[in-house]
Amino acid sequence: MKVADEPRTLAPPRRRTAHVTAVERLGAYHLVRALDSGGPQDPQPGQFYMLSTDERWGGGADERPYLPRAFSHARAREGELSFLFEVVGPGTARLAELRAGEGLALVGPLGLGWRPPREGTRPVLVGGGIGTAPLLCWQDELGPEATLLLGFRSAAHAEAASLFVGRPEVATDDGSAGRQALVTDLLREQLDADPVATVFACGPPVMLEAVRLLCAEFAVPAQLALESGMACGFGACFGCVVPTKEGYIRLCVDGPVLDGERLESALLGGAGH
Amino acid sequence: MTELCGIPLAGPVLNGSGTFDAIAARHAFGDAVLERFPFHAFVSKTITLAAREGNPPPRLWETPAGLINSIGLPNKGLEGFLGLDLPELAELPVPLIVSVMGFSLDELATLVRRTGERDEVALIELNVSCPNVETGLVMGADPAETARAVERVRPLTDRPLIVKLTPNANDPAAVARAAEQAGADAVSLINTLKGMALAPRTARPWLGGTTGGVSGPAVRAIALEQVRSVTTVVAIPVIGMGGIATGGHAADFLSAGATCVAVGTENFRDPAAGLRIAAELGEPAAV
Ligand SMILES: Cc1cc2nc3c(=O)[nH]c(=O)nc-3n(C[C@H](O)[C@H](O)[C@H](O)COP(=O)(O)OP(=O)(O)OC[C@H]3O[C@@H](n4cnc5c(N)ncnc54)[C@H](O)[C@@H]3O)c2cc1C
Ligand SMILES: Cc1cc2nc3c(=O)[nH]c(=O)nc-3n(C[C@H](O)[C@H](O)[C@H](O)COP(=O)(O)O)c2cc1C
Ligand code: FES
Repeated sequence: MKVADEPRTLAPPRRRTAHVTAVERLGAYHLVRALDSGGPQDPQPGQFYMLSTDERWGGGADERPYLPRAFSHARAREGELSFLFEVVGPGTARLAELRAGEGLALVGPLGLGWRPPREGTRPVLVGGGIGTAPLLCWQDELGPEATLLLGFRSAAHAEAASLFVGRPEVATDDGSAGRQALVTDLLREQLDADPVATVFACGPPVMLEAVRLLCAEFAVPAQLALESGMACGFGACFGCVVPTKEGYIRLCVDGPVLDGERLESALLGGAGH
Repeated sequence: MTELCGIPLAGPVLNGSGTFDAIAARHAFGDAVLERFPFHAFVSKTITLAAREGNPPPRLWETPAGLINSIGLPNKGLEGFLGLDLPELAELPVPLIVSVMGFSLDELATLVRRTGERDEVALIELNVSCPNVETGLVMGADPAETARAVERVRPLTDRPLIVKLTPNANDPAAVARAAEQAGADAVSLINTLKGMALAPRTARPWLGGTTGGVSGPAVRAIALEQVRSVTTVVAIPVIGMGGIATGGHAADFLSAGATCVAVGTENFRDPAAGLRIAAELGEPAAV
């Protein structure tokens, strides 16, 4: 169910189990697919889920994980959710060990997703590394009209580009795939060529900050999907706050997608779950 | 059926203050959260007289089977709470307990008097135990200080007063007895245990507030012992909490003499934790 005028589909008020159908390796990343028969079929692109596993959530490095972890859905099709992620610690390590048939525990969809591009502008989607995940379903919805600019560390990471429809422009830090450049270099060229745009970006804080400044320079609206450490994902703990011009806001309630204009800076410390 | 200080409750399962925001939950889950509300009574996040932004992030650190939080009591302040939040909380299908904290006895008195005037408020919880704010530790750590606070506010309201005890005291049972003698109607425990974490690479304090409070299964054994030591010395009802994640854990706290239990950090893992725990206890849902 979608609430009018807000890119927010309501979540069932409980943790439920989705059934893992496949776990794939995609270069440097992992892709988990799961059948979520108990949840809404229409999560909004840019919303997220709090994930854990039915079995053995805990007892990894440092005797963690304990709390669930936040992940944007990469796609949602006919009740099947897919999540694209990078192993960075005990939670993502456990998710990468999932096998078909196991239970993926989840709460979601949560938060507010991407809002439509400003009338008459071309959507430009900018992804850095694992930040490409929430752009997949957004490209599906926007269609071929959208320009895609993706930046990765290396060719192994750039394999994620193959999930998109068409041919996104790819830059890598080491030149092992696409151009040796920063994704923000691609964005500057794009805005130079066509400044009538709305930018949608997700990636590491340094990238988002560069995107924010670039969009301010070109007077182009920017929607940025941010990250912060989350315990609950539904506004209960007040742990996920990020500083904005209006003071601290809970990223899980008012985000994770925020207008660039609301931020003094996108360089936030303490990212993670 | 449970009775807490004369207030009938459909069962004994509450939430710990600051671990469930019923208003935010309604944004995420819609009215479905009211139709099967997870708790038999709802405890608000602690409010203070003036509005507070809370501590700088990061505010969370995960420990083995637990969490350190350094939230710093962000809230809209008394006026913001009464004007904006209370009308929404009044729509909850269960009795409302408002948690208050004062940085002085005068502030505490104002908070108790003003919240106690409101029909929507069934009980008042005095948070004298928050480890994040210096005065909280001082007030709740000492029996005489706690007694002074309760004596000051007791005449100001006819609402039952719950004193929330801190585990960071030399003798929580002595503080509980002092609260009872000063006129408290119930005590609740435990609040979080003081703790800290260092950032992996820099070895500097991770939390924006430097230190924080530990909660979750990691503290359950400590909480159970403190609850039992308090129930053996007071006659007033005790609300037990600390790491409760299943009906079995809740049953342990009830066996230790608690009248009610509260679910805290487990709500973060499952917004329906309260419902599940009530069902496992053989208690009815709140609505
Ligand atoms: C809205 C949102 C959407 C997201 N979407 C995706 C996605 O689609 N794909 C994806 O790969 N990731 C995504 N993330 C990030 C993902 O949530 C984290 O990578 C994940 O939580 C890491 O968990 P972990 O246990 O593997 O690593 P952790 O060990 O938790 O480490 C991750 C980071 O957390 C910090 N950290 C380390 N130890 C602790 C500790 N004990 N307590 C607290 N913090 C600690 C450090 O900064 C560390 O770099 C998203 C995050 C948010 C908020
Ligand atoms: C994120 C967080 C915020 C909290 N905020 C408050 C608060 O505002 N007031 C209060 O009295 N206790 C607060 N607490 C303490 C809980 O109510 C509870 O006493 C404690 O967490 C132990 O229970 P648990 O282990 O089940 O979480 C907070 C706990 C957490 C984890
Ligand atoms: S993650 Fe708990 S309030 Fe946002």
